[in-house]
Amino acid sequence: MSDLYEVSGLRLSLADMTRKPLLGAAPRLEILKGLDFTIPKGTVLGIVGGSGSGKSTLGRALVRLLTPSAGSIRFDGADITRLDEAALRPLRRRFQMIFQDPMSSLNPRHRVGTLIAEPLRLHGLDGIPARVARALDHVGLPAGFIGRYPHELSGGQRQRVGIARAIALEPDFILADEIVSGLDVSSQAQVLNLLEQLVRDLGLTLAFISHDLSVIRRLCTRVMVLHQGVIVEDRVTADLFAGPQAAYTRELLDAIPLPDPDQVWL
Amino acid sequence: MLDGRGAVRRRAGVRLWLSALWLGLLVGAALLAPWIAPKDPLAQDLFLGRLPPFWMAGHEPGYHLGTDSLGRDVLSRILHGARIALVVAVVAGSVTCLLGAALGLMAGYLRGWVDVVISRFIDIWMAFPPVLFSILLIAVIGPGLGSIILAIVIIDWTRFARVVRAEAMAQGAMDYVASARVAGRGRIGIMLREILPNVMPTIVVLLTLEMGIAVIVEAILSFVNLSISTDDPTWGGMIAEGRTSVHQAWWVLVFPLVTLFLTVLSFSQLGEGLKDRFDPVLR
Amino acid sequence: MSYLEIDRLTVRLKGGGTLLRAVSLQVAAGEVRGLVGESGAGKSMIGKAVLGILPRAAEVVSGRIVLDGVDLLTLPPAERRRRVGASCALIPQDPLTALNPSRRIGPQITDRLVDILRWNRGRAEGRARELLAEVHIPDPDRVMRCYPHELSGGMRQRILIASAFAAEPKLIVADEPTTALDVTVQKQILKLIKEMQLRHGTALLFVSHDLGVVSKVCQSLTVLYAGMVLEDAGIGDFFRAPRHPYSAALLAATPKYTDPTAGLIPVPEAVLAAVRAEVAAADRRAGHV
Repeated sequence: MSDLYEVSGLRLSLADMTRKPLLGAAPRLEILKGLDFTIPKGTVLGIVGGSGSGKSTLGRALVRLLTPSAGSIRFDGADITRLDEAALRPLRRRFQMIFQDPMSSLNPRHRVGTLIAEPLRLHGLDGIPARVARALDHVGLPAGFIGRYPHELSGGQRQRVGIARAIALEPDFILADEIVSGLDVSSQAQVLNLLEQLVRDLGLTLAFISHDLSVIRRLCTRVMVLHQGVIVEDRVTADLFAGPQAAYTRELLDAIPLPDPDQVWL
Repeated sequence: MLDGRGAVRRRAGVRLWLSALWLGLLVGAALLAPWIAPKDPLAQDLFLGRLPPFWMAGHEPGYHLGTDSLGRDVLSRILHGARIALVVAVVAGSVTCLLGAALGLMAGYLRGWVDVVISRFIDIWMAFPPVLFSILLIAVIGPGLGSIILAIVIIDWTRFARVVRAEAMAQGAMDYVASARVAGRGRIGIMLREILPNVMPTIVVLLTLEMGIAVIVEAILSFVNLSISTDDPTWGGMIAEGRTSVHQAWWVLVFPLVTLFLTVLSFSQLGEGLKDRFDPVLR
Repeated sequence: MSYLEIDRLTVRLKGGGTLLRAVSLQVAAGEVRGLVGESGAGKSMIGKAVLGILPRAAEVVSGRIVLDGVDLLTLPPAERRRRVGASCALIPQDPLTALNPSRRIGPQITDRLVDILRWNRGRAEGRARELLAEVHIPDPDRVMRCYPHELSGGMRQRILIASAFAAEPKLIVADEPTTALDVTVQKQILKLIKEMQLRHGTALLFVSHDLGVVSKVCQSLTVLYAGMVLEDAGIGDFFRAPRHPYSAALLAATPKYTDPTAGLIPVPEAVLAAVRAEVAAADRRAGHV
């Protein structure tokens, strides 16, 4: 099995505007501190960590919404670390992203049909109406939804539109950034089942960012635990849950409230 | 849903229709002024000076809203004045809006050096006192319709640029913009297709406000005699002339003033109403 | 006798639409009761109705909210505010927006004591310092001089908890108090809420969408759907064998990392249809649309 992503020595720093002095540039804050990992084709990588762990920043670097400050990201053999927007455009079709908040990631002014069709049009694909219909069908939404606006949908339905939009381009890789954390448990379960099925049917490679290890365990082949911009553990899912090695992983697992009455947990 | 928007919307609907009705009448008056005006707005007749409006004793038939001290028909002058007021409102408003919104959109979305250049320019521009600036400008290039419009555009584009810049910046941070980038959309596409529609309600409100402001600025400049040649009837000019005879003939001052007031109010109400109407999130 | 008794409380939107459908529940003094349901189930509305902070478009149509033997809904507004202010408090969901960003922490805690209990400043400040120490905030003096943005989310939630307990309320409404926090911080905050609740003997109405959290903090829970109470149970009984099919489905949808095959099962359509029919039937009985 070959690797779709090869990441080595990845560092990323952002300007820290909260500490910007009155005059001069804001200090840089290092978010990612040298990450090395690979994502083999056809696998689902779970990326877990608390807020400030750098997991979302890492995700955005993988789909090149952010530019790394050092290290390299290779996508299917091609170095995409520092490609500019124009050079990235043809590649963009191959790595897609689904966002945490479907309300803010779907432009409120566009109808569902336009939202799914636009990326297809941008990449000059043909048979767009058929592709849109197929994508909606894949995510279990009725074809009639193309005329709706995002605010007319429920949270779960919006997230399905986000998924349809990503898969319509038939990408090799999808990054899912906390896509179920804003949903009710039932919609959460539905969206996860859907994702599981799509990975199987479409042969997708997926990186799934979440703060919730229960969800990760259900979906992912491998889990990478991030803490303060460093990978503290990167293992096959079953192994990680059987015997977490890093102290931070144990702390995370221990902090999940299982639905069992248990007076000693707190 | 929880803040009882329905009731607010109905009220907004009434305001929208009332203001649209008034502005519609005004547009009609402006277009048809030569045919519907009962008298020649420039014809003087010193024997018919300071005639009162139709319901008061001593009025003359045909002079519905009375005459000014030179015997010119007030109603006809208001109808003709609508032409200049509306041309100034529409042309100055739109040009100001286009210029300001385009610069604001670029500064707000592209950020970086584009933003630095445009923002500094706005800061410097806004440090000039606007009224003095416009008087100075007209003194240099001479009075006339074109000069008034130019003065308004030059002074007021910053209003659009600043607001649109802030709004575009906020919208630019939303995930739907990141989502469009992931989909492969370029910067111009993002500005026009993603951000502009979301900034549009704000632009509509600003535009209609600006049209009202343009009417007022024109009136002010007429008032201080810097507008169109004094022969052409303008509301500001009428107000200026009416001021001198307010004790003997209040109607010369009050009718153009009320017209001006209703027009400016209608523009702002129209903007608020349209904003709600064109917002799919609120609709 | 219950400290709080809600009796057939119906809340509707002024434009139509029912938020709460004849909700009845009791909270004994010192009891922790969870309010559970999916978004839109009306769980937050119950707490808001008790505290008298319903959204402007919502109104109580019928029912009683009896607090310490007095029906709040029969009181004049000023008297109701005074009574609720002196005996109830709120721990809000979002620690970011619940503190005024342009005021220092200290006065934001002492305001309550000065305004409601008519304490003098010095005494109130002493109490605030004590409370901050009680919620394990190191160096309370420094924190009282801070602005909210200088503190982490967990710290701010601690401050809101301290502030809620400041006037020694008998009842606290905690509205999803840990939803905005990291799991590790969530655990600490839950621990703190429980510890404070036990020490002060406060009754707690704990609104949450997370059955895991509820199972750890509450003694009893009420399951809601579309503003209607479906089940009212003790914690032990509920997690052993929920009585209502919807409750069982909700429990089956809750993820469990210890068992990858259990949990995350969507609520079946049949269960949803049945529960919607139940709501419709109740509406017909009550005679509203």
